[in-house]
Amino acid sequence: MADLEVTTLHPWQELQRLAIGAVTPDFMAVYEVKQAFLNTVIFAFCGIFLSIVMGSVLAFFFEWKPVRLFCAFIRAVHEIFWALIFLPVVGLNPLCGVLAIAVPYTGIFAKVYAEIRQESDHSPLAGVPFQTHPISRFFYGVLPVIYADIKHYSSYRLECALRSSAILGFVGLPTLGFHLETAFREGLYSEVFAILYCFYFLIASLKYWVKEKISWLYVVLAFAFISKEISLSWGNVTRFFTYEILPWPMRREGVLSGTQDISFSWDQVWGWGQDILQTEGFAGVWETVVLTQIVLVGTGVLTLLAFPLVCRHFQQGFPKHFSRYILIIIRTTPEYILAYAFLQLWGPSMLPAILAIGLHNGAILGHLTGQNADLIQLRADAPKGKINRYFFEVLPRVYGQFLAFLFYRWEVMMRESAILGILGIYTLGFYIDSAISDDKMDKAVFLILITALLNMIIDTTSQIIRKRLKISTKLVTSS
Amino acid sequence: MKKLIAGCLVMLLFSAWAQAQTLRFTAIPDQNTARLEQRFGKVAQYLANRLKVDVKYIPVKSYSASVNAFKNDQVQLAWFGGLSGVQARRAVPGSQAIAQGEEDQYFETYFIAHASTGFQPSDEFPKSIAGKTFTFGSKGSTSGRLMPEYFIRQHFQKAPKSIFKRVGFSGDHSKTIALVQSGSYQVGAVNFKVWKHELKEGKIDTSQVQIIWKTPTYVDYNWTVRGDADKKFGQGFTSKLQDALITMHDKTLLDSFPRKQFIKADNSMYATILETAIEVGIIEK
Repeated sequence: MADLEVTTLHPWQELQRLAIGAVTPDFMAVYEVKQAFLNTVIFAFCGIFLSIVMGSVLAFFFEWKPVRLFCAFIRAVHEIFWALIFLPVVGLNPLCGVLAIAVPYTGIFAKVYAEIRQESDHSPLAGVPFQTHPISRFFYGVLPVIYADIKHYSSYRLECALRSSAILGFVGLPTLGFHLETAFREGLYSEVFAILYCFYFLIASLKYWVKEKISWLYVVLAFAFISKEISLSWGNVTRFFTYEILPWPMRREGVLSGTQDISFSWDQVWGWGQDILQTEGFAGVWETVVLTQIVLVGTGVLTLLAFPLVCRHFQQGFPKHFSRYILIIIRTTPEYILAYAFLQLWGPSMLPAILAIGLHNGAILGHLTGQNADLIQLRADAPKGKINRYFFEVLPRVYGQFLAFLFYRWEVMMRESAILGILGIYTLGFYIDSAISDDKMDKAVFLILITALLNMIIDTTSQIIRKRLKISTKLVTSS
Repeated sequence: MKKLIAGCLVMLLFSAWAQAQTLRFTAIPDQNTARLEQRFGKVAQYLANRLKVDVKYIPVKSYSASVNAFKNDQVQLAWFGGLSGVQARRAVPGSQAIAQGEEDQYFETYFIAHASTGFQPSDEFPKSIAGKTFTFGSKGSTSGRLMPEYFIRQHFQKAPKSIFKRVGFSGDHSKTIALVQSGSYQVGAVNFKVWKHELKEGKIDTSQVQIIWKTPTYVDYNWTVRGDADKKFGQGFTSKLQDALITMHDKTLLDSFPRKQFIKADNSMYATILETAIEVGIIEK
């Protein structure tokens, strides 16, 4: 069902040039794009700060169903789609980039913060006097308990935000992706790798310079240095939300007569929606689901192959460290960039997308599963042979968690499958990108809503499966 | 914490106001997208000298981004393709096409094919391309998408997707040539100016890729300015701008486009493009 053809006639020739680029990075090129580098960091810091603030607030109301649905919705839409929505609203400026990160991340933070709070140890609350104000109860009874988890998760998200910020350049924002895309397109692989190496360095160095005590300083600096060329016009904002995203039949007469009036005819709007679904929506959903499912299985296989390479029960010393760094590099490269590179090499089919999403997620899950497997104490009579040890000792003990992680990433994979349509495979992203390039924002928004709905369905299904199978991402070390 | 948030918001708001009267322009990224800023920076310099206002070039990544920037008044002037110009002027009432390249009066699209297909140049529309893999340029391009799709539909009475084995969108014309030359796609549609330009620069290997058909001529690229430019930059600004464009004679500047020179244009010249776009279904009716 999937189209897996390699369409380029000389894929190895291009791969060879890529390899030469990898060993001859042109760091002068990075100097030329220093502003883009700075923007990448600034957008990420501003975006993450706003989403932590908003996410924390929403986390308090997470028991309330509308809030939960709202958060599920905003995180179901990929940051690139958010950028494509904000682009015509606020224009091509820093605010667009910051919002594209802040909005979906708010949904993620709200959910994760709420989960952390629910699963935390509630016993300290017993020591707080009964009539204490809820705010005081939170600050004295809850926050100290969950603070470490929150901090840990937020700093992990900062890394994600930097990746998001970088790839936003692929749709035109002034971050690293902008120049990366150009360099790839023109085949300037030495520039590509110089930029990538600097990006890896940035991510790897985070833990040395982003310290809790001075992180507020970075946020202030980020807001201070963000480009001041923001020309936000409320006219544009209202025009977009109250006019441009209205289905075409409602605007048709107004546009043709030049008055820009709105008319209501539900029959025609219904027909318009049906037409989009039949010509593009269903086809896009199908391709997206096919890709997602292939990637889900592929990621599972890759993870099972990769984790013993970084697990102390199978590898020690240099080989283990070497594999670990390889996994980190693959994980740090955004899947969008991987897919872009593979597409350049092999032409447009599902193959590049499968490899890109599979590798990226496989590296993440391989790393996590490896860490979990490291925690296992081998039984005294554990098999000595590595193959037997893998199948009869380690794998059964980490398998539940591995499945939980895999299903946890299911909706992430779907979001990525949809977005890669922008690069030319026929998933939902392709149709959304086409609608945007035809300047039909109504259709684009409609298709984005379908994508979000599909994502929410998969997310819910994944939760149900995890509950049914009684698997969780927490390791049961004593069994 | 509250102070921090308030501070950030104030800074964001301030930045919204801190904008001087600068003429901003953009150009659709139709070919060789490296070092756009250097290339168009010189054009900005030229316009600034002639018009006595600050002029800034805003780089964009896609055709639709240039249209959106124009809609949002982020740029007041743009070098559009035929289709993107029509889209932009439709969205911003009062805006005008003021100039076009001399070559834009009779623009062409070349259908090009990889040598392995065995296709030969012909005056007739090459019906044998059915069943091959085919790449357009950008989805929003006139010469790379709209016109070739129009002629393909005209001759096959079907949508491209049901004619070809695979349909792609390369993104820009240079990439279309590269993809057909490398055999990633067997057939492609490319802007004739870009083809000639790259041929002259020795970037095309004619033993691998050649022209198999040329479309009839049509009208294409244009400089379009927003209707409120006179109000913003002073009476008579639009005509001064038009004058500055059509008297641009420096070859290094014109090569950025690449055009021999610019001539006057107006909105009515692009009526056929609008009709074609409606027929193909890119613009709704």
